[in-house]
Amino acid sequence: MAEVETNQKKKRPFYKENVPLLMQGNEACALGALAAGCRFFAGYPITPSTEIAEMLSRLLPMFGGRFIQMEDEIASIAAVIGASIAGAKAMTSTSGPGYSLMQENLGYAYMTEVPCVIINVMRGGPSTGLPTKVAQGDVMQSKWGTHGDYFPIVLMPSSVKECFYYTVKAFNLSEKYRMPVTLLSDEVLGHMREIVNLPPPDELEIVTVSKPFEPPEWYKHFEVTPDYLSPMASFGEGYRFHLTGLTHDEYGFPTAKRNEIITKLEKLRLKTARHLDELTDVLVEMMDDAHIMVVAYGSTARAARQAIRIARKKRFKVGLIQPRIMWPFPDKIVREYLENVDLVIVPELNQGQVIREVKRLRQRHIRIIGLNRFDGELITPQQIVEKIKEERH
Amino acid sequence: MAEQVSNVTHKYLRPKKTFPNVWCPGCGIGIAMGALIRAIDTLELDRNEVSIVSGIGCSARIPVYLDFNTLHTTHGRAIAFATGVKLGNPRLHVIVISGDGDLLAIGGNHFIHTARRNIDITCILINNYIYGMTGGQYSPTTPFAKNASTAPFGMVEQSFDPSDLAISSGATYVARGTVYHASQLSRLISQAIQHKGFSFVEVIANCHTQYGRLNREGSAVKMIQWQKECAVPVSTAAKMSPEELEGKFVIGKLHEVFRPEYVSEYQKTIDRFSREEKSDQQLQES
Repeated sequence: MAEVETNQKKKRPFYKENVPLLMQGNEACALGALAAGCRFFAGYPITPSTEIAEMLSRLLPMFGGRFIQMEDEIASIAAVIGASIAGAKAMTSTSGPGYSLMQENLGYAYMTEVPCVIINVMRGGPSTGLPTKVAQGDVMQSKWGTHGDYFPIVLMPSSVKECFYYTVKAFNLSEKYRMPVTLLSDEVLGHMREIVNLPPPDELEIVTVSKPFEPPEWYKHFEVTPDYLSPMASFGEGYRFHLTGLTHDEYGFPTAKRNEIITKLEKLRLKTARHLDELTDVLVEMMDDAHIMVVAYGSTARAARQAIRIARKKRFKVGLIQPRIMWPFPDKIVREYLENVDLVIVPELNQGQVIREVKRLRQRHIRIIGLNRFDGELITPQQIVEKIKEERH
Repeated sequence: MAEQVSNVTHKYLRPKKTFPNVWCPGCGIGIAMGALIRAIDTLELDRNEVSIVSGIGCSARIPVYLDFNTLHTTHGRAIAFATGVKLGNPRLHVIVISGDGDLLAIGGNHFIHTARRNIDITCILINNYIYGMTGGQYSPTTPFAKNASTAPFGMVEQSFDPSDLAISSGATYVARGTVYHASQLSRLISQAIQHKGFSFVEVIANCHTQYGRLNREGSAVKMIQWQKECAVPVSTAAKMSPEELEGKFVIGKLHEVFRPEYVSEYQKTIDRFSREEKSDQQLQES
């Protein structure tokens, strides 16, 4: 466990600020959640995400929050959504099989526009797969997992420090856009230890969903505003609204009227589509003069970052694009850089998922090739360099 | 009297919600909804602090008509959502309304675990022995040998007794009523809401459209008469032999015990370890 302050007399902080701490990605996620104001966690034990639950079960009561271990992942996400509706910032953490179980209720949260955070520490799949080994097989699931038409926000950190900051960011985005936000970590990231310096929680920017100011009888829980972000009342605040997974009108009552159906479903799309600038977070490295582009994310991006440095020494003009907000996909930036390169390499710990997105954006003939590893081990920088050499030979 | 009753009911119906409701004429769910409203009215609960949670099915449509904090969730998960609502804001009175398929089939696991946890939630099961909304398929409470649209040659599975299941799972208040005994039902529901811990009320209701038609049990009136004939109050049942009780069911308060309740037990942990200074309001409450 990371160094956690347990001195009861001291009110804050709950971690030592601005000093080097050695901690795991999972622990950083748990601390990030607390710093972001998370006060409810419901979960079910699953490798390799359990450390997040263990840590929060200890820390949440210290901050007046509540932890509960539910009977399965379906109940966990249901309780998280329920707590969020009742006004608590809420989250859960899980891994592949649990994430699959959560999909139906995640759809409910997208439909009813309830903020919450889901951390999926990816492991090998499908099914039980490789519980203790790393993979990046859930990237497409995080986009298309539940049924129907919806537009998720998914974040992918690549270091322990990013695990902390992106958990905070996940809460901020979920509160602002009133929707579930998934953070895709993976087994290596979750269990890897790194030195991090964490800032005091009050130096972080924390977003909380805006509250309505109109009287209850005028209140529309799903009001369509010019920027498609609507304020949200919680249960117990006197607004007495109705929430349903059925397609509903602006008040939340079920509807089958064509114009109201369209308004609702378009709102789900426009919420993110109208804010793509804010929802683009890409790390671009050495792309200015690059002819070769590596698109990598999550723990694979770490290898890619080193690989481009090695390749540069060998006189290959190569750069890196690392989407840290994976969905919505950074179409604009990737399309821009595709203009100037003639080879793209997409290393992934799966048999080719994000490569489809890059190919979708291809305007002219460029070679786009995948470097895929799915044996439960990480892609090494050497493998990427070898791939570049092989292609350039 | 009738006017008084409807005045109470109308006070809690949503003004924006258009009627008629989704239920078939003669359905027992409306009576159960009325009983729930009267129970809440008798207890004089602040309606801003009442949350009604339901899953999927005919009975799950109750919340949309009621002017409380209402939540219509996914199939079988109502009770898990309700757990979250209660923990997110423990001041709320959380009431779950569910049907036999919703609560005992797809939601069976959540039901037994929530009962075991003894969290302060009231669960009302409207038991009509069938899946009404999807067209009369058999449910976990469809009696042996009865017909359903997916049991055209008679039910070959055994059925659950929901109240027994609740008691053995750890529910600390368990009662059974019928839609025929409507005023007793609202008394039972108000007792259940007042009870601190997981409380469960099973409501025997009629589905003449599906169950009645498939089993030739006649109209809504005939099915409600059957409830009157077969219901035995707890006090009478105590004097009867198992043979005499064959084919009948017991109504009234079946079980009440007091065990540590989850939310207040967890609060003790928070109070013990909390590092945040208490606000004046919290100090007053404690």
